[in-house]
Parts: sequence; structure tokens; C-alpha cells
Amino acid sequence: MIIVDSLTKKYGGFTAVDHVTFRAEPGRVTGFLGPNGAGKSTTMRILVGLTPGSSGTATVLGRRYADLPNPGREIGVLLDASAQHAGRTGREILTLAQRTMRVPASRVDEMLDLVSLSDEESARRVRDYSLGMRQRLGIATALIGDPEVLVLDEPANGLDPAGIRWMRDLLRGFANQGGTVLLSSHLLHEIEVIADDLVVIGNGRIVAAGTKSELLEAAGTFAGAADVAALAAALTGAGHTAEQSLGGIRTDADPAQVGRLALAAGVPLTELRPADGAGLEEMFLELTKDNAREEVAA
Amino acid sequence: MSTAVIESGSVAERERARTAHAPIPFRTVVGVELRKAFDTRSGFWLMVAIAAAGVLATGAVLAFASNSDLTYDSFAGAIGVPMTILLPVVAILSVTGEWSQRAGLTTFTLVPHRGRVIRAKLAVTVLIGVSSMALALAVGAVGNIVATGLKGIDTTWDLSFSSILYIVGADLIGMLVGFMLGVVTRNSAGAIVTYFSYWFVIPTLSMVLAANQSWFERAQPWVDFNFDQGRLYDGGFTGQDWAQLAVTGTFWLLLPLAFGLWRVMRAEVK
Repeated sequence: MIIVDSLTKKYGGFTAVDHVTFRAEPGRVTGFLGPNGAGKSTTMRILVGLTPGSSGTATVLGRRYADLPNPGREIGVLLDASAQHAGRTGREILTLAQRTMRVPASRVDEMLDLVSLSDEESARRVRDYSLGMRQRLGIATALIGDPEVLVLDEPANGLDPAGIRWMRDLLRGFANQGGTVLLSSHLLHEIEVIADDLVVIGNGRIVAAGTKSELLEAAGTFAGAADVAALAAALTGAGHTAEQSLGGIRTDADPAQVGRLALAAGVPLTELRPADGAGLEEMFLELTKDNAREEVAA
Repeated sequence: MSTAVIESGSVAERERARTAHAPIPFRTVVGVELRKAFDTRSGFWLMVAIAAAGVLATGAVLAFASNSDLTYDSFAGAIGVPMTILLPVVAILSVTGEWSQRAGLTTFTLVPHRGRVIRAKLAVTVLIGVSSMALALAVGAVGNIVATGLKGIDTTWDLSFSSILYIVGADLIGMLVGFMLGVVTRNSAGAIVTYFSYWFVIPTLSMVLAANQSWFERAQPWVDFNFDQGRLYDGGFTGQDWAQLAVTGTFWLLLPLAFGLWRVMRAEVK
């Protein structure tokens, strides 16, 4: 369980994280979504004490991170897979974590097995690792203490499709066993497949939070019609939103309401369904477009 | 996660399971930091360089020194001097690696008290300093016995216990200077360049200045830390010598170290 309460980080006049509040529950994968520079990493760094927050609190399993007696045994953290001494071998980096956490030395081989790094690969210096191998090593480091909570910043970066699939299964299994997973990403599809709960952040502020199904419902309805303008007029006339989309309209009305309004207005519908085609991506772009620092479409 | 146990107990039960984790003992942190000082490629080559320099210097003493110079001082110094110059680089890299190589992201996440990690690094620095000197003295003793035995001359033990203490003290100061530069710069290249300037450039400059300006020659013991550190190797300090060392040491070592530590405790680890 992770509880973040009104967390704020100011750099001079710039507010990087602005009263961020959310929780990540045990047994669930919580996706932390946002465009680059939205404040995801800063929030995670404050959570684990690498960056001092300006105000607000963050607790892991009911305690401040700094108060955990042996943090690696309770929370596995991977913030940046490239942040490793390039001159150490992968096995050495795992051994250092194993010794710091005081877990049995056999955990090193178990973890190398788990993340599919061969003996030959683990004897290489991290300098010669691909980003995907570094991510695997980072996940091994996070898991070596057998923690209850996982915090991973963009762990899918650099993984090939099989690796992404592997990680998804791993995190799903971890959550199913009662673990808490907080996973950040700007890779919407990855989050959409794996997350149970979503926290969407833009420009330092939480812009949406809830279960995945709640948020997808909130994405509204897609209705196709030959006469798009007439359908839009009927919807806005009834107080709903109506936004031109490819070959139809996206609206906040539910499908039944759209059907009734179209019937009353005499507009034949060619298509009527929950607006889940683009799914989370559409919602994500919509929710963050006002707050995104850069043009998201770029 | 085949080893993970499904948490089906009550919150209270889980609370109890959690508190079962003992705090990480300081000796564990020191042990890990000691390992980190030598497990990188740079740490490895530094050790190779120190060993090679020691062997070469011992060989040079054997080959070129006159019989009267085949003393304990010569042999211990042959191994000790390369260590004195190169080991502080180990202290530097031990601190700067956390930032320059970004290893601190993991280090300070696993031990979320930077003061503990830095204290462990300081302990490792002192440990390396003392044990390397012990090693130099031991190897020097063997070299002295073997060499004088081969040449059939009397074995000379010309290092008193007090002069050994002076030498160890001077070397520890060198290690601490490296440690301080690492803490202040948090940058490997910057710290190493500054360190070698401290060793090779500043002494030359101050020597030239002292030779040409009599006021500086008088002031030097009160302002030149490197000069005072060098005088330690000759031993025989008076009360005034200690006072001078204390003044320059406070100004050039302790104050910058305090400033650097203050910043380390607050800096973001990126």
C-alpha cells in the first residue's frame, strides 16, 4: 500500500508536483500515466526520499520511506535502469543489493534466472548492456528482497515485445499474490493492458484517478452517422458534448441516450458503441492536452 | 515471485510480519562500501597500478640504492609512496561514483539515510588508509630483510614507532583530502584533477613563492596545508607545528568537508 497525500515540490517559482494525492492498493497494479515532464518521476523520487518534497506526505506500508528499517525487503524500486556504475558486472550489482538487504546469497542466482540473464551476461560489465538488459537487471534488483510493494518508473522502456509481455505477466503475478504495484509510463497501451487502477498526471497535477473501467466509461460513446452535423445538433441540444471524431461523434452521453436522441431527431445511426476504440489513449490525450507541456501529438 | 507468500492475513498480522525486518547494521553498510571501492573496473586498475608501482619501486631500490641506503625506510617508502598518492583516488571514486555513475540512485534507496552511507564511506577510507600502511610496512620489512641478507650487510631498522605514527597520520590526511574533494565536487573527473593539483601543482607554486617572497616563507606554515602535511613525514612536531597543522587543516580540510556534507545531505540524487 502506498499513500501519497497532497505531495508538492517547488523549484523556485515552478511547481513540478502540485498537491498530488493518490493511493496504490495491495493486490492491484496502479498505473501512473502522464506525458514526459508531467511530474511522474519527481513524485516517485520524493516517495523514496531521493528528492526532498516541499510539502505533503508519502507513506509506504504505513510508514515514511526513510523510517523503513530495511527498505529493500518491503519495497522494490526501479527508477532508472541506466543509473548503475558502468564498471560493475550485473552479478556484482545484484550481489551488492543482496548484501545490503541481508538476504541469502542464493537470491542472486534466483533473480538472474527470473529475469533471464545468463551466466555469461551477468559476468559482463553493465557498460556493455542493452537498455533491455539493464531493465531486467533493475527488476531483479527490485525483487531480490522479496518485497510487498513495487515502484517502477517506465520499466517497459527498451524491452522487446516478448520482454514487455514477460514483465506484464510478472507484475500481474506479483499483484495477484497480494503485492502492490505502482508503475509509471507514457506508453498508454502497456498501461491499459496491465493496470487495474489509473492515476493520470499532467503538469504536476492529478487530472484523473480511478479504476480502469471507471475511467474508460467516462470516455463516453462513439456514434457514427451519415449526417454528423444533425446528430451533433441533437446531442448538444440535449445538453451533451459532441465532438467530431473519425466518421462520427464522440459524446459524454451513454449509448441509450444517443439512440433515443438520434431516433427523436430522425438521424439514422451507422454505428453506436462505447468510445473504447482508442480507449485510454484518447482519454489520456484529452485529459492531458490542456496540461501537457509539449504538444502531445508531436 | 515464486517465493512470495500470499498475504491473506489481517492487517495486524501483516503489520507484525513487516516489523520483523531488522534494521540494516552499520557494519553491513561498511562491508558493502568496502566491496564497492574495489569491484569496479577503475577500482581494479587502481589496485593493479598501486601493486605495479610498489614492485617497480622496490626493484629500483634493490637495483640502484647503495648499500648504506638499503634500509627499512627505503623499502617501506618504496611501497608506501605509490599508495600514499594513489589510494586517495579510491576514496574520491567511492564518493563521486554515486553521482558521476549515478549508482546513488540504488545506494540511497536501499539505505535511505545518506549520513549513514557517507559515514560508512569515511570508515572505509580510514580502514583502507591504515591497512595499506600496515601492508607497506610489512612488505617493506620483508624486502629489507631479504635484500640485506642477499647482499650480506647489516639489516637497518631506521623507522621508529613515533615516525611510523607520523607517516600514518600524514597518509590518513591524504586519504581524507581525497574524501573531502569527492564530497565537495561529487564529480569524479573534477575531484581527481583537483587532487593531483593539490599534490603536484600547489607544492611547486608555493615553493617558488616562498623562495622569492620572504613574507610568504614566514606565513607558509600557517596557510599551506600541503606544506604542513609534508612536514609530518619528517616528524618531531612541536606545539607550534601542531597548531599550524590544526589551523591549515581546519581551513583546507574540515570547513570544505562540512560544507560538502551539508550539500550532500540536501542534494537531489539524480
